[in-house]
Amino acid sequence: MNNYTPTWMKIAKHAVIWLMIAFCMFPILWALSASFNPANTLVGQPLIPERISFSNYETLFTSQQHPFATWLINSVKIALIASFGSVALTTLAAYPFSRFNFWGRRNGLFMILLVQVFPQMLAMVAIYLLFLNVQTIFPAIGINTHPAVIITYMGGAIGVNTWLMKGYMDTIPRSIEDAAFIDGASGFQIFYRIILPLSKPILGVIFVIQFIGSYSEYVLARVLLNSTDRLTLAVGLHLFVAEDYGGRWGVFSAAAMLGAIPIIILFMLVQDHIVTGFLSGGGVKG
Amino acid sequence: MASFDKKHILKIALLAIFNALAVWSAIILFVQRNYPILAVLVVGIIIINYVYLSSKTYPAKYILPGTVFMILLVVFPLLYTVYISFTNYGTGHILNKEQAISRIEAQYYRPEDPREFDFKAFKQDEIEELKLLFEDQEDGRLFLGIEGEIEEVIREDERLLDTTGDGEIDEINGNQRLERADIIQNVAVIEQMRFSYNDSEMRMRDLNSFALYRPAFEYDEARDVMVDLRTNEEYRPVEGRFTNDEGERLSPGFRTYLGWDNYQELITDPRVSRPFLRVFVWTFQWALLSVITTFGLGLFLAILLNDQSMKLVKLYRVLLILPYAIPAFISVLIWRGMFNPTVGIVNRMLVNFGLSSIPWLHNIFWTRVALVLVNLWLGFPYMMLLSMGALQSISGNLYEAAIIDGASRWQQFRYITLPLVLVALGPLLIASFAFNFNNFNVIYLFNEGRPAIAGAQTPAGGTDILISYTYRLSFEAGRGSDFGLAAAVTMLIFFITAAVTWFNFKFTGALEEVKENE
Repeated sequence: MNNYTPTWMKIAKHAVIWLMIAFCMFPILWALSASFNPANTLVGQPLIPERISFSNYETLFTSQQHPFATWLINSVKIALIASFGSVALTTLAAYPFSRFNFWGRRNGLFMILLVQVFPQMLAMVAIYLLFLNVQTIFPAIGINTHPAVIITYMGGAIGVNTWLMKGYMDTIPRSIEDAAFIDGASGFQIFYRIILPLSKPILGVIFVIQFIGSYSEYVLARVLLNSTDRLTLAVGLHLFVAEDYGGRWGVFSAAAMLGAIPIIILFMLVQDHIVTGFLSGGGVKG
Repeated sequence: MASFDKKHILKIALLAIFNALAVWSAIILFVQRNYPILAVLVVGIIIINYVYLSSKTYPAKYILPGTVFMILLVVFPLLYTVYISFTNYGTGHILNKEQAISRIEAQYYRPEDPREFDFKAFKQDEIEELKLLFEDQEDGRLFLGIEGEIEEVIREDERLLDTTGDGEIDEINGNQRLERADIIQNVAVIEQMRFSYNDSEMRMRDLNSFALYRPAFEYDEARDVMVDLRTNEEYRPVEGRFTNDEGERLSPGFRTYLGWDNYQELITDPRVSRPFLRVFVWTFQWALLSVITTFGLGLFLAILLNDQSMKLVKLYRVLLILPYAIPAFISVLIWRGMFNPTVGIVNRMLVNFGLSSIPWLHNIFWTRVALVLVNLWLGFPYMMLLSMGALQSISGNLYEAAIIDGASRWQQFRYITLPLVLVALGPLLIASFAFNFNNFNVIYLFNEGRPAIAGAQTPAGGTDILISYTYRLSFEAGRGSDFGLAAAVTMLIFFITAAVTWFNFKFTGALEEVKENE
């Protein structure tokens, strides 16, 4: 815009933005302050604690009743394996859709588009009953096991991720593969040696988006897991504060800080892609 | 077949492991008599082996693993939900009919004049089960009870030994007779022992004797009725429970097809439909308010930041998207603490400014206000990022022409910026509507859908949206589960989501994108 902007208006602009930044930062700083405040209570907490203490953080790693460290490890473990598996499955699935012409291709694409419309959590009852029944055959992947959650997450994101991945693979020029084919490369070699390395950026982005999504997922983990030492951070933290908030505020805040930092870092790494990714995917991060 | 190089061996090995596991599950399914699932499994095994062994199925080799996961964990659960919505699946109706019948038939009663048996217990070591010797109090016949089975024996049986010669049997096959004190010690075990005798069951009566209990019910398969053997009353299956003419029902119930009953209940039973309607309306209000507030604030900030001459834009951007970078489950819980009505910072600040504190979390209206505020905090950065992208694609010429024509700033916004941004972001706004329509995390983590709606028969809260309502119907502790009704509500969400998305696809041409792939 080439409109003339008076100085007072520039100042007002900055003032409004700083006001908004204060709105953004307030809850974060508030929790950060509480996490270092030994009082561990909501009552009368000042923004700047009178003395800094790590006692809340110590509690995180020593509490027998509420094993935060275990929850955090569970969450990271589940999200890592689920994202890795999901990327592997979607890369394999997207490749033929991008490169070959085969019977059922169009219907397959249509199915993918259709299925990714419905969030997996809508079927939480059915998924719960599914694993309840699986339990009678394979107790190792039944209710209250991590594999059940991992498998659920892997299956849930295939639709949207395949769609994204195929879109990216479509942009890789075919001439490279043609050259490799003439040089005698087999089908799988072309996929493994050419397409896969060239798709690295999108692989990374999908991995990170999937990791953040799995890490933040609540309801399916809540339905599938029930013993304290197997919960994810999302489920564990909610149960922890739902019981008694006032007296646990400090410890909760410390857990919130530790739980949020890895995700903030990951998010900042891929923020541009997340927006473009969602532009084509049509989803919104939860 | 091609030569057996390394890759082939690996493939065959993986396929072999898969087949081993699959056959194992097939055997278990066969033992459980779960034939429908068994049939699906067998078809699955055949397809998977065909795809990986045939040379004609090249693309399918890549697609199959993902497809299996998608079918098992998305498509099947969705279809299964449809099925559940037509059943009474839930607390009291967990078993299938066959299982429920065998549970009911396993109920015994003690006749007024039971046959009674004196018993002696024999024990070898800690591991082996106790052996019991019964003597009929009336005719003195002897019975040996081993591992739930009864066998009539004669006094002279070679297994029964009288080592002390006092006329009492004190050893059976190396098992020593327990003294009375030992029986008292083992009473918990003996109490649990059951022996079937003809069609009846023997159970411990007191420290000296067992009594014969008779089955209370018998299922008549030809007429599909459960007969009470004491009174000859008949119980017919009604909506998943065996019910007699007086309306008394037997437990446990079983799951059964109900037709449209769940859907009908949502509409016609006022104790269910009234709270459901409130949840339904609030879900739309919530989704709409979420989109409007986040988009409004996001666009406003994007316009402020869309100024090349402004300093610190990069820093501002990073600080403003911070709320979006934190996992929602964490920030919603932080806000929950801040909105705590008695000790939270929000009310403390209000009181400090001389205002009265507000019953956040306890009053439906104020909890909704708080939720919209929290979601504004969570969601505006996404809208801001999108709007910044959209603003950059608007040509500066348009504004120059507008300025020449004497358009005010407001007019430029109203007639150039807003329409162009809306066209660019329309599909994403609709997607955001669909997302917030099912935004379980914010609603549930903030206040579990509470406060409760007064007089609701189902666990419906004043801030519950449809998806959190289905969760509470299914899994809320203490209330019992109603999977059938929950699935019926889920079906409604399906249709609304499908309609919104269909509209969106038309808008974006996503379907055309599929067609282009011909």
